[in-house]
Amino acid sequence: MAQFDVIFLGGGPAGYVGAIRCAQLGMSVGVVEREALGGTCVLWGCIPAKSLLESAALAVKVGKAAEHGITVGSLKLDYGPAMKRSRAVSQQNSKGVDFLFKKNKITTIIGTGSLAGGMLVRVTGADGKAETHTAKKAVVIATGSRVKGLPQAGLELNKTTVLSSDEVLVLEKAPQSMAVVGAGAVGCEFADVFSAFGTKVTLVEVAPVILPLEDADCSAELAKAFKKRGIDVWSGAKIGNVKIGAASVKMTVEVGGEKKELEVEKVLVAAGRAPVTDHIGLKEAGVQLTDRGFIKINGNFETTAKGIYAIGDVAGPPMLAHKGSREGHVLADQLGGLHPHPVNYGNIPNATYCHPEVASIGLTEAQCKEQKLDYKLGRFPFSANGRARTSGETDGFVKIIRDAKYGEILGAHIVGAHATELIHELAVARENEFTVEEIDLAVHAHPTLSEAIAEAVLDSLGKMIHA
Amino acid sequence: MATKVVMEALSPTMEEGRLVKWNKAVGDAVKGGDVLAEVETDKAVMELVARGDGLVRKILVPVDTTTPVGTLLAVIGTADEDISALLAGASAAAPAAAPAATPAATPAASSSSRPSGAAASGETSWTQAPPPPVILSAAKDLLSAPPAAAPAQPAGAERSSPLARRLAADSGVSLGAVAGSGPGGRIIKRDIEAALAGSGASSRPSGAAASGETSWTQTPSGPGFRDIPLTQLRKTIARRLAESIGPIPTFYLTAEYDLDRVTEMRLAMAELGDDYKVSVNDILLKAVATALSQHPEVNAHWLGDRIRQHDRVHLGMAVATDDGLIVPVIFDAQAKRMRDISREAKALATRARERKLTPAEYTGSTFSVSNLGMFGIDQFTAIINPPECGILAIGTASDQVVLDGGTMRTRKVLRVTMSCDHRAIDGAVGARFLQTLRRMIENPLLLVY
Repeated sequence: MAQFDVIFLGGGPAGYVGAIRCAQLGMSVGVVEREALGGTCVLWGCIPAKSLLESAALAVKVGKAAEHGITVGSLKLDYGPAMKRSRAVSQQNSKGVDFLFKKNKITTIIGTGSLAGGMLVRVTGADGKAETHTAKKAVVIATGSRVKGLPQAGLELNKTTVLSSDEVLVLEKAPQSMAVVGAGAVGCEFADVFSAFGTKVTLVEVAPVILPLEDADCSAELAKAFKKRGIDVWSGAKIGNVKIGAASVKMTVEVGGEKKELEVEKVLVAAGRAPVTDHIGLKEAGVQLTDRGFIKINGNFETTAKGIYAIGDVAGPPMLAHKGSREGHVLADQLGGLHPHPVNYGNIPNATYCHPEVASIGLTEAQCKEQKLDYKLGRFPFSANGRARTSGETDGFVKIIRDAKYGEILGAHIVGAHATELIHELAVARENEFTVEEIDLAVHAHPTLSEAIAEAVLDSLGKMIHA
Repeated sequence: MATKVVMEALSPTMEEGRLVKWNKAVGDAVKGGDVLAEVETDKAVMELVARGDGLVRKILVPVDTTTPVGTLLAVIGTADEDISALLAGASAAAPAAAPAATPAATPAASSSSRPSGAAASGETSWTQAPPPPVILSAAKDLLSAPPAAAPAQPAGAERSSPLARRLAADSGVSLGAVAGSGPGGRIIKRDIEAALAGSGASSRPSGAAASGETSWTQTPSGPGFRDIPLTQLRKTIARRLAESIGPIPTFYLTAEYDLDRVTEMRLAMAELGDDYKVSVNDILLKAVATALSQHPEVNAHWLGDRIRQHDRVHLGMAVATDDGLIVPVIFDAQAKRMRDISREAKALATRARERKLTPAEYTGSTFSVSNLGMFGIDQFTAIINPPECGILAIGTASDQVVLDGGTMRTRKVLRVTMSCDHRAIDGAVGARFLQTLRRMIENPLLLVY
């Protein structure tokens, strides 16, 4: 039994950032974590996936080494070591959070936490022993989300042939063939990884395009690049007739009016994540959920129960690490009596780290049309960018959507190498309400990929130079 | 020796000041010339500088307190100095305004006084004078200068985002008239939009509560109005202007509206049958009510110590009777359809002439309209009916010859003159309301939007 100012349930990107910030502001903080610090992001998401994507990119690059006059002998691809490396990177990051907690004198309470009435939190350890802790100021639910299967399509997760991202992250070797069901960020990233490691990948998406939340041009560009790499992209697909065998899975996929039989060694279900809301005492505490199953919060992250807050994936979409972290930071400032700027949910970047990368911020063109905004487009292909040519990464483009009258940057969409890094120039611009003219006024170094942003901006103003 | 920190007269007309912020805390070391605090004077937020060296020993006046000039605010001294004598005198008679305050030029003049201190006057002085107070945010023009005429403020330029500046330039909103809600008080897009919508952009959001989300503890329905506490600037405007012109310092804004579309609309409606017949005056009443609902700063009452902005529009309409003038009220006019306004206006006028109005029917208006158009008056000024802050005088619709693409044609124009109580409504505020009204009258379809 210990007393803290604030107790966080969950040590993922939302919880651990909130905890550190609370500690910085002089509050005593306990973080309940059942696995290890860093949460899904560090252990089962962003970090290991990016490590594998780096391995995949290297595999693709080495395949082209001869162009550069580098001979490396015959290429042998082995997923196992890449997987082990990704686990080591995850462990390292998790330890990093551990170190930050020690530095900030934050107590890590290992076990499964649940609300126990009022400001009490019960933590059950692995040995089944429970103890209760009290929070004076706030209990913050940051339990995150978990993978879910697609039982409605006959794809119940079974850990052998029908896998979630959790399991493919620890596969010892790449399968011969794999169906990736769901072409959001997770699906596209794993399609990329396994394709690079020699797996015959079929990417199956029910929506008419892959990365359906991105701008349609980006979806089309990525689909084109994937097909070029030998990934079968089946969008607008309907899965039926699933037969799960011991060593393979068969299904019928209806795509483009045609029924195709697909037999694969593994299926990765990459569609959807569900918030972790059960067995944490929400109902008893009076914490209500939205009709989509997330915890209901107001603008101050307050749940319907006094003193209980929620942040991160469990508090609603977009389920992104950086959105959760920002919520943790802002909530901590609030609890510390500061007056933080509220989270600007309209300016959260989206990033998919497959090759080419896809990144965006703001509105898609379709959304602009829907909102009947008067906009102008600017677009510049990386094939006309010097730096992209030097690295041979000429897939993709920068697309800028600006307000026709005032030049406000309504949306920015990038497909291409390092797109997820490039997007932040536009994030800063939008946050500060810079218009396309300020982007143009800022001198962009040559030769850089960022020049493509400047050129796309010029294009939107009708004065592009290099294309 | 210990030094007193007093509320200085930071502008020639300043009589009291509000402590906005202490920059130093008790125990902090200060040197002469260091900025100790920020003080809101009758014109602007200014810096209060230390007049001696040492430690801040005591702070007597908390933030947000308004005190008369000369009040002891704090004491600077060495760590072990006995300051009890100074503190004992705190409540004694206020000393004369510190002479060092005289270099504080009026904000209007400060733009020309670039060189600081005595050097400018050709004298040399060995004792270093403390720097003149720095104007943190300049006072707005007291009189309704058009935004274009306002020179760029050298020191107090409003911080704003590029997008906000473009929106402001395009819409004619003066950045100086807008309170910023961005980081550090920066004016951003939503502030300009709020100013254009007339929703009183002066309130700064605090924390996440401003994100528009509902708070669980807050009840959704308010009283339908909000009281705006008077700032020092607003108090000064009220006092000075009232002295100058009488109990209600009135000024007048006249605008000429193109009435062609209103006329077209009225004829088109009349063609649909007698049920749809409305008068030009009915359309104008509807337009005024709609415009007022977007400009609560005009739909307001002056209550002496505060301004009450109303969300609901209770529109007074002046009716001439044999006994004299009476102003019956169309309540909640912002929510009424043109048909209802038309019928109600007719009924109220009839009842007024028959002397059948009950007191409840002619009190409680938030803004009034007086129409002498039927008497062939081109333009006139009406007298404000307190505590209302404005009244709109409507003249007759007349034909005017205009050049349209090289050919002459006639169009119907209408002159309206708004009398504004300057204690509550500044020129630009009134002008923005008339701008909105112009949009409504010249595009009457907006009334059904």
